[in-house]
Amino acid sequence: MKLLAVCGNGLGTSFMLSLNVNKAMKELGIDGDCKNMDLASAKTESADYYIGSPEIMEQLEDGRKKVIPVVNMVSLNEIKEQLRKHILEVE
Amino acid sequence: MLRSRLTGEMVQFIPRAKNWEEAIRMASEPLLKHGYIEAGYVDAMISNVKELGPYIVLMPRVAMPHARPEDGVRKMGISLLITEDAVLFEGGKSANAFFVVAAEDATSHLTLLQEISDLLSDEEKITKLLGAGTYEDLLNLL
Repeated sequence: MKLLAVCGNGLGTSFMLSLNVNKAMKELGIDGDCKNMDLASAKTESADYYIGSPEIMEQLEDGRKKVIPVVNMVSLNEIKEQLRKHILEVE
Repeated sequence: MLRSRLTGEMVQFIPRAKNWEEAIRMASEPLLKHGYIEAGYVDAMISNVKELGPYIVLMPRVAMPHARPEDGVRKMGISLLITEDAVLFEGGKSANAFFVVAAEDATSHLTLLQEISDLLSDEEKITKLLGAGTYEDLLNLL
């Protein structure tokens, strides 16, 4: 499974988020990995799920992409809860 | 790395800032003054937030303003501003701590970000960080 952590520049916030998403995926037993990218590139990059702050997810959402909003980028608990809700409980 | 980069001259404590723009400007001052960034980098960080929203607020009360290396970074650096009163962003987000990150390229600052992430994942440290009033208080956390 391919996840994409997205932020404005694809350098800071999204990298930090991707560290924690990868940790959360491992703990939840979700196969795959999470890379990070800037908003403009992410719009044309395919991924199973896109994850990032709510305002960035709103701008990425196009009716086809599956987005996962996260408020606290460093909270492993919130990230795990969101992955559970959006990925595990859906599939 | 965080401990060695976040020297006394890079850290400021103030009672309050007028708004988030002023907070980012004040937080960036040490980097500007010591030649880590150019003035354009500060403007780029602010226009990023205006354009894309306050995604730099990493978690409640903590922001990490940054822009791209090509926006005016001379060398990798980090500064920190802590405000007693919360600074408001649009959409109800707010912050008391501003870690300004200047990255030289796409990879050199990743260790630094990892260390910030580890620091922010520790609830006890976060509480102490937000309540810090002196550089010594901060050093104990790094």
